[in-house]
Amino acid sequence: MLYREAGQFKSSYAQDQQIFPILQDRVGVAALLAVAFVVVPLIGNQYWLQAILTPFLILSLAALGLNILTGYAGQLSLGTAAFMAVGAFMAYNAQLRIPGIPIIGSFVIGGLCAAVVGIVFGLPSLRIKGFYLAVATLACQFFVLWTINRVPWITNNSSSGVITAQKIVILGYPVAHAAGKYLLTLAIVAVMALLAKNLMRSETGRAFMAVRDMDVAASVIGIPMMKTKLLAFAISSFYCGVAGALYAFCYLGTVEPEAFTLDLSFQVLFMIIIGGVGSILGSFLGAAFITLMPIFLNTVSDWISGTFSLEISHALVSNTQAIIFGGLIIFFLIVEPNGLARLWQITKEKLRLWPFPH
Amino acid sequence: MSFFIEVLAGGLLAGVMYSLVALGFVLIYKASGVFNYAQGSMVFFAALCFVSLLEDGINFWVAIVITLAVMVVLGVLTERIVLRPLVNQPPITLFMATIGLSFVLEGISQLIWGSQPHGLELGIQDVPIDWLSQKANINISQLDFFAAFVAGALVAGLAVFFQKTRIGRALRAVADDHQAALSIGIPLQHIWMIVWAVAGFVALVAGLMWGARNGVQYSLTFVALKALPVLILGGFESIPGAIVGGLIIGASEKIAEVYLGPYVGGGIESWFPYVLALAFLLVRPQGLFGEKIIDRV
Repeated sequence: MLYREAGQFKSSYAQDQQIFPILQDRVGVAALLAVAFVVVPLIGNQYWLQAILTPFLILSLAALGLNILTGYAGQLSLGTAAFMAVGAFMAYNAQLRIPGIPIIGSFVIGGLCAAVVGIVFGLPSLRIKGFYLAVATLACQFFVLWTINRVPWITNNSSSGVITAQKIVILGYPVAHAAGKYLLTLAIVAVMALLAKNLMRSETGRAFMAVRDMDVAASVIGIPMMKTKLLAFAISSFYCGVAGALYAFCYLGTVEPEAFTLDLSFQVLFMIIIGGVGSILGSFLGAAFITLMPIFLNTVSDWISGTFSLEISHALVSNTQAIIFGGLIIFFLIVEPNGLARLWQITKEKLRLWPFPH
Repeated sequence: MSFFIEVLAGGLLAGVMYSLVALGFVLIYKASGVFNYAQGSMVFFAALCFVSLLEDGINFWVAIVITLAVMVVLGVLTERIVLRPLVNQPPITLFMATIGLSFVLEGISQLIWGSQPHGLELGIQDVPIDWLSQKANINISQLDFFAAFVAGALVAGLAVFFQKTRIGRALRAVADDHQAALSIGIPLQHIWMIVWAVAGFVALVAGLMWGARNGVQYSLTFVALKALPVLILGGFESIPGAIVGGLIIGASEKIAEVYLGPYVGGGIESWFPYVLALAFLLVRPQGLFGEKIIDRV
């Protein structure tokens, strides 16, 4: 009853093509943004903002990047963490070596460097497909980390390879508090998510999807294979690079190359699989699920040990968590292979008819 | 010259160890089209199970039989619980499911048997063979030699199993074409169980060899990452490919590390196999022995 498009007539092409065609969606998104920008910083405490919401947003951005490549353009990649590492370390270098560069500028430079690396390692995708490509992107993962460890210029001659991200200053105002960093991350993520949503509705996005569904057919109908695939790699790596820069500047602060291991790549891949492959919303839902799951499991195990006054060893907790985590992933894949985004879609279908389904 | 031969032989034998792990991947991929990321965890699981039984004072051979039984049960359970409900899903979904499976396996094995490293004695020392080091001044580890022998026997055994037995023929039929195999009455789920059980057996052998080499510890799960370049170099569907790929990767990795490593700062073993495999793939996108990829519109 509440969520239906009945009575909303479109009288111009612009209205017909707008990004959220239903009024309820527009109101919902506006409300969500208002809550995220105004209410959350006011009521959220330091721990929530710094340790949960900021990494959630950053990983959402990385998942969004991977979703553009894997979900929309169909190129399976296991090198997400490497692209994030490039973004983080190059943003650090930009801030270090270019005097007076605004922080956003160095994020963009980090993203662009990641895009270049993405294009280089995307080149094999012109010839290799499927799992062969996935394993080939592992080359990127290991090579990038090795390079960061070996080339002293990248880490500014830090002997251990650890860098400390510079202070964030925007227009003369230092951004040091958790709330400030959260707002900066949120603003960047919101803008980039909007861009991605629009991009996927454009000719480029449709070309990506054509390549994903069958690349031979796509090239037959005149989609330039090289341009499309490399563009997908570039855009995806740009998103991941910016996410990596945010990861370094707004979340970690002190960064070592080992923060960007294969585990992080897998984590981001889990996010898009659980959230929904080929869905912008899915990237966020998946990131929320994966970041909140360990916290939830921790709380539960604390609660159990508290209520039953059991001494639970750390190893037991972490192993049980691994089992539950793995089990949940399998469970999700079996129950809803199209991810949480699909569940949301089903909910919307139901809501249209509610409360009179017949 | 003898140094070069030593490096080469060491690399080739190390490559055989990679092949052992890659074999498990190939078996499952051939029969069910599943890229089983959990193979590394299965190696760890098998090795840890075996070594714990051994430390409980159980006879070597009895321990092997028990571990084998455990791996078979594990394979059957995997097929029932994970794969059967996921039939007809896209390959990436199955791949993700096996990553989930690897978490579960690693968790379970450490929960039951603890996470401290174990030593594993197979009765073969990891020392150079006296005869070779005296005659030709080449140091080659006995253990490596033994591992190569075991790998050879394993491949020969698998080849006989695949070519000569009834089940082997059914396995090959399934690998060729699921639908056609079903239509002539081969029970697909049955076959998948067998394949997972055989992969479990291969994991056990690989776990024993790697365990004797590096000790049984969590890092065993990473041998899967070493096997991946072997896999794409040789081709996902080919058992000979796994062996040849392993030899090429092992030898070139060691040679590159020794002769090229010093110029670029060392430690290139982590990525060199991948880049080498990538270079091969650019020439042959399906790997050396993989089935030719034919695109139809």
